[in-house]
Amino acid sequence: MNTAIMVVIVMTVIGLIFGLILAFANRVFAIDVNPLIHIVEDILPKGQCGACGYAGCMAYAEAVVTDPNVPPNLCIPGKKPIADLVAQLTGKAPLEVEPQIAQLKCNNGISEAIKKYNYVGIEDCFAASLLQGGQKGCQYGCIGFGTCVKNCPFDALSMGEDGLPIVDQAKCTGCAKCSTVCPKHVIDMVPIGGAVAFVCNSKDKGAAAKKFCSVACIGCGLCAKSCGYDAIKIENNLAIVDASICIEKCSNPTCLEKCPTGAIIPLTAAAKESAKIQKEAAAKAKKEKQEQKELKEKQEQN
Amino acid sequence: MEYLTLFIGAVVVNNFVLTKFLGLCIFFGVSKNLSASAGMGMAVTAVMTLSSMLAWLVYNFVLLPLGLTFMSTAVFVLLIASFVQLLEMIIKKQAPALYNMWGIYLLLIATNCIVLAVPLGMAEGGLSFLMTIVYAVGSGLGFALAIILMASCREKLRLADVPKALDGLGIAFILAGMLALAFLGFSGMI
Repeated sequence: MNTAIMVVIVMTVIGLIFGLILAFANRVFAIDVNPLIHIVEDILPKGQCGACGYAGCMAYAEAVVTDPNVPPNLCIPGKKPIADLVAQLTGKAPLEVEPQIAQLKCNNGISEAIKKYNYVGIEDCFAASLLQGGQKGCQYGCIGFGTCVKNCPFDALSMGEDGLPIVDQAKCTGCAKCSTVCPKHVIDMVPIGGAVAFVCNSKDKGAAAKKFCSVACIGCGLCAKSCGYDAIKIENNLAIVDASICIEKCSNPTCLEKCPTGAIIPLTAAAKESAKIQKEAAAKAKKEKQEQKELKEKQEQN
Repeated sequence: MEYLTLFIGAVVVNNFVLTKFLGLCIFFGVSKNLSASAGMGMAVTAVMTLSSMLAWLVYNFVLLPLGLTFMSTAVFVLLIASFVQLLEMIIKKQAPALYNMWGIYLLLIATNCIVLAVPLGMAEGGLSFLMTIVYAVGSGLGFALAIILMASCREKLRLADVPKALDGLGIAFILAGMLALAFLGFSGMI
């Protein structure tokens, strides 16, 4: 009993002495910090996402206040209101912020896709991708273990039932954290407001791409040829689109109709309507062609 | 004469990093840059010496008389952590360039096994005050020797054609292993 009490007393006394020394030293060796840094840090969204290129919101606040060359519009989650406020506080000229949103470039979830092998292990996309690129047949596709969902600082991602993450359009701030942690680079940051989305990441050619996924982009180039605004290019057997051109100029996405595999999906309600109309028209045309063929065969028989 | 034996023993024969495998996180973390490593070696020597002097005082005037030697690990950790915190505050104010160069590794010394090993060795061997100082300075210099050697080699490795799988920490560990093998040659000297 005596020993226990002695131990408590000794530890408490030593702790107290050093605590007091440290508290005193904190006062004596305090560094003068510019109070503006704290004011700027207060208005930042504090997601600590690093989209600005600095290690956290405090680091960016320090940089933008002390360095005259750091622009005030680097905080992407903050968007225009924060950029303007930071510019106002630091006395810099306000600049535009390009709002962007996360877009998943895969449409065939792991639950339905053809798999190379059965994966039993750590349920993390990066861990799975270390084993020959993951269990999915298509090596460019979404693995579906939700590493992006876990890393989103704004809780804007959730895992869908088919193994594909769903982006909450309202919560996504465009910080691009999901894009950086994805080992397959299957999440892209796109400007907001596009009518269609290109949901494939496969750089395999035609038949190889279709082998593992029925909705893959086979790099046929029909979309690029039909686009009247030159917004689509075919690189590495994959259609790459400049979404800012689509938003600026396109009112009737013909690419949607031309894609033979369904690697382009409509996003806006208008595009969905137009897609439905086009599909119905295509089905009708096909039926008419079938009827004409049957009629011709009948005529030949007679 | 026994001071010299103790000193040589701490520097090369029982080198804290290459023979006892202590302090590896600072060893691998800071050894990418030679000047940072030299600075870190000096910092660790200073921290080791001063904290072991403090630990000797507390051990011999508080723990031994009260028969609380079983608490020595906890008390030493408390001493070292507070002391390193104090040192960090001083360095942040007086030498900000040095502080930025070390980054997070300065605080890693706080609960690092290598700094704890010196007071524990002192307690185990029942060393006198002067011997504790010699032991601490020797082990600090041994650490500095190891980390400076490592940094010199690693700076050259940056220009070498390392296989992708071993790049970074992999080849560093292999190198450290080779250095440890080399230091085996000192065993049996004392």
